[in-house]
Amino acid sequence: MLDRCTMDLHCYSHFLVHSLLKELKGNLIIFFADIISALLIRATGHTLQMAYRQSLNSLDIVDLLKSSDSLSSGDVAALVYLWNPFTIAACVGLSTSPVENLVVILALHGACKGLVPLAAFGWVMATHLSLYPAILITPVILLLGYGPDTPPRKLFLQKGYGKNGDNHSSDNCGQQETNHSKAEVTFSWRPVIHFLFWSSLWSTYVLVLCSISVKPHGSLWEMFQRTYGFILTVEDMSPNIGVLWYFFAEVFDFFRSFFMIVFHLNILFMILPLAIRLKHRPCFLAFIYIAISSMLKSYPSVGDSALYLGLLGLFLDELADMQFSFFLLCGYIGVSLLSPVMHNLWIWRGTGNANFYYATGMAYACLQIILVVESVSAVLNHDRKLRKLSVTKLRDGNS
Amino acid sequence: MELPSRLVFLLFLLLSSTKAFGSEVDKEEFQEELLLKPLPDRKVLAHFHFETRAPPCNSNGRHHHHLFPKSISQMLEKFRVKEMELSFTQGRWNYERWGGFDTMSSNNAKPPGVELWAVFDVPKEQVDASWKNLTHTLSGIFCASINFLESSSMYSAPDWSFRQASGSLRYGMLPREAVCTENLTPWLKLLPCRDKAGISSLMDRPSIYTSLYYSQRLHLTSIASDLEGLNSGIALEQTLTVVLHPSSQRTGLTHFSQSYLQPSWSLSSIFGRKVNGRCVLAKSSKVYLQLERGLVSQLKKSENYGADYIASEGYDGEANFELSVNPDRVIKEENSRNGISSSLLYEFSVDKYSNSKPFDLGLTWKFPVIWSCQQAPLHASRFLMGSGNERGAIAILLKSTDLNDSSPVANSDMDGCELRVNIFQVVPWYIRVYYHSLQLFVDDQLKAVGAFVEKIHVMPSKDKISPGMMEMVLKLPCGVKSAALTLDFDKGFLHIDEYPPDANQGFDIPSAAIGFPDFHTSMLFPSNESERKSPMLSKFQESSPVLLYTEVLLVPLTTPDFSMPYNVITITCTVFALYFGSLLNVLRQRVGEKERLLKSKAAAKTSRLSDLLSRLSAKLRGRSQEPMQSPSESSPLINSKLALKVLLMAALAVAWQYYFG
Repeated sequence: MLDRCTMDLHCYSHFLVHSLLKELKGNLIIFFADIISALLIRATGHTLQMAYRQSLNSLDIVDLLKSSDSLSSGDVAALVYLWNPFTIAACVGLSTSPVENLVVILALHGACKGLVPLAAFGWVMATHLSLYPAILITPVILLLGYGPDTPPRKLFLQKGYGKNGDNHSSDNCGQQETNHSKAEVTFSWRPVIHFLFWSSLWSTYVLVLCSISVKPHGSLWEMFQRTYGFILTVEDMSPNIGVLWYFFAEVFDFFRSFFMIVFHLNILFMILPLAIRLKHRPCFLAFIYIAISSMLKSYPSVGDSALYLGLLGLFLDELADMQFSFFLLCGYIGVSLLSPVMHNLWIWRGTGNANFYYATGMAYACLQIILVVESVSAVLNHDRKLRKLSVTKLRDGNS
Repeated sequence: MELPSRLVFLLFLLLSSTKAFGSEVDKEEFQEELLLKPLPDRKVLAHFHFETRAPPCNSNGRHHHHLFPKSISQMLEKFRVKEMELSFTQGRWNYERWGGFDTMSSNNAKPPGVELWAVFDVPKEQVDASWKNLTHTLSGIFCASINFLESSSMYSAPDWSFRQASGSLRYGMLPREAVCTENLTPWLKLLPCRDKAGISSLMDRPSIYTSLYYSQRLHLTSIASDLEGLNSGIALEQTLTVVLHPSSQRTGLTHFSQSYLQPSWSLSSIFGRKVNGRCVLAKSSKVYLQLERGLVSQLKKSENYGADYIASEGYDGEANFELSVNPDRVIKEENSRNGISSSLLYEFSVDKYSNSKPFDLGLTWKFPVIWSCQQAPLHASRFLMGSGNERGAIAILLKSTDLNDSSPVANSDMDGCELRVNIFQVVPWYIRVYYHSLQLFVDDQLKAVGAFVEKIHVMPSKDKISPGMMEMVLKLPCGVKSAALTLDFDKGFLHIDEYPPDANQGFDIPSAAIGFPDFHTSMLFPSNESERKSPMLSKFQESSPVLLYTEVLLVPLTTPDFSMPYNVITITCTVFALYFGSLLNVLRQRVGEKERLLKSKAAAKTSRLSDLLSRLSAKLRGRSQEPMQSPSESSPLINSKLALKVLLMAALAVAWQYYFG
């Protein structure tokens, strides 16, 4: 009996691997897009961790570092991205989302490393491919202006003032440190202007290429209408894992434009508050923007979720004491198991109902909302904790 | 003195008007005809043909009609329709049993539902506007939902496969239109005698609507007077084709088993009515009985075989059946091909019958006879493949009718020949056909499409804008046994309002038209009596390409829950509110706020009363006590802010009301 089971398993796995390989062979682009994305995530993670350590060192909060020394967040994020079932599904399903994810990550990586042309290229291409990454311009500019994620700038200022007030005739080392922290606080305009220049260059380049390629068939305006217009006016109501398809299939026609505006503004509304509150953590801001847009976009897919779940790993240290993490994990597993079942019951067998599938979509949206809200609050709490620690350090130092 | 002169004048007026009247009556003419034809599978085909002709319009616009329906001529004038055909059909023409290779089937076999095509004589950019107006007018005239053909997603503009009319042809189909008497009554209204007299009085509603096939057709042709002679103009051709199942009458003959004997019938038995004379306005009123080629040859054979016990009493030596009325004339088709018997037409004139002596043609079979119809070179059928509501495939199967040795094919085929097949298919936009997935199987083997397709024109569908259209010319070898085309498609998802009342029944894909441009059907009649020629027979003489329609496909589409709109709106909006509210709440919290909140809560629990008392005393004393907590300090500030906000909102509302209210 056992033998037979193992035989079956072996055959099955063999078949699976074979078919997977066959699928992958024909689509090396998608396969390599995923691999390169993972490598870039890893590099970005290293940069972020370096910056994090450096800032903690400059704040003298070293005891926090010891606990998180064991794990490199870049490696974790890259592994999470590669082994995520959503990524694998998107890759095997020959979705184009790995390519879209690649350019988004390219923009973030370029901005983290200060490679302005790369960041501009990534941003322009990502906007060109799926429109929603256009909102990433805020975190990219913040990244270029302030550098990678740090604790709030107030802490450095306090620290600087505390040190200055503490001992006027301090040693050179202390002076250097304050200078360093002050330099970090200032917003540097040079890379931002470079970024704007490069992005305008890349976008004109893309537009010229597009206009050349669509010239025999129509105008550029028509291309915008057929691509971005199709994204913004939710015309296709085929079921997906989002919430908008069923809404727009059911909503009364005279409310349609109103709700279309409201739902798209929902993404834009949150840009400013988040940017004000998280301006010292541009990378995390980018992650939140990506998560929000992949939740509220008109035609979401699991490939989009794969991207933000991969990026989640980058903030391992900050999100260490996030609430509901176990619940979220169970929710994600449950939804990703139930959703295909409901889809199958409704579409293929005809025994289910549209509401069943819609319910899994709603649950998924709720899970994503909880993830976004909880991760934002965890990062804010983390900043509070750092502040508390540094304040106590300062007090200890003063007393 | 005055009175007589006036009288004379009036008389003169009257005379002149009658003169004019008389001359125009000569020009406008109406003819009614009925063709009856026994079919091989014990059915009877009745084909009514009414033709009204009007001379070309005078140049000064207004034209007075005596016989020609005014509504039609006005419509024709207004929308400048060159040619138009509208058909209402119920049931499907059985090409295998009722024939697929004669003028009857290629002209009068129509797809189920409504089919409308029109050729306009307007500049190309106005064709669509004219089409829209035409559909609305026709919908009003015929009490049918033809106006649904107005939307651009319902009609198409075939270039060459359907008819040769570049650019100005529009074609639309409503496969699910229910056809009933309410469509027949307006159609009859266009006839001068309606159904009160003449042949049309046979149209007994219960009997024609219980028929196996019912097709009511209206064909309009207008020919510009400068191109043709004076006798051209507007020709309105109204035909009604029904296939009836006669209940077999008891005959005296018992030595042949009833099951083999064709059912005998008469006009009164199949229609329940008789013809009480002609319509007085009709120029001619005739009834024909057609015996087709196969039947005639069978009759000849059986006559030769069983000549010994057939008492010759029929006409032209036909003894297998008996007619209750003597025909006025027998017309024999002139067949150019040798060795094949030609079909026979018995002509009966209704002129001499009246109320007291009604015309009731009856046909009584005496001996069993079995024959078959002429088939089109290929039999076409269409079906769906795949399961589930996400995707599927359409297949068009062309099967050889195994009659390649028979006359028409053998005659028109060359050696090393090719069989050309026109395929014209319109698919609604919610069936998203992937035309790149076109596969061709010839004799059950997958073949390269390019090798067999001579010409192809594809218009992919646009969502909610235009249907997908495919025109194709296939070039098949003559000896082909079967050819199959498959096309994959995805099913679209519609808005809740776009579903028809019973959405779970599925959606109909209109029939595809399959044409054989190399094969033409025409019947040749002796031409010496051209002046007496009836419009129906001249129609039969016109050479028309063989055309057949495939089945209508029923595609089930996924349906949303129709009772859910409110629930979906509220639940989705709740989720959005949850997102917005909770995220904003998290962002809003200040650094020390949580701890302060907890502290104040704890404080409030212990000494809420004392706190209240101290506040009260402070107020009484006149703010002498310094405020203890920071929240109390900030409260007037918040209040002023709130007031400001309220004022701002009010101002906005007033402005809105002022400008937009």
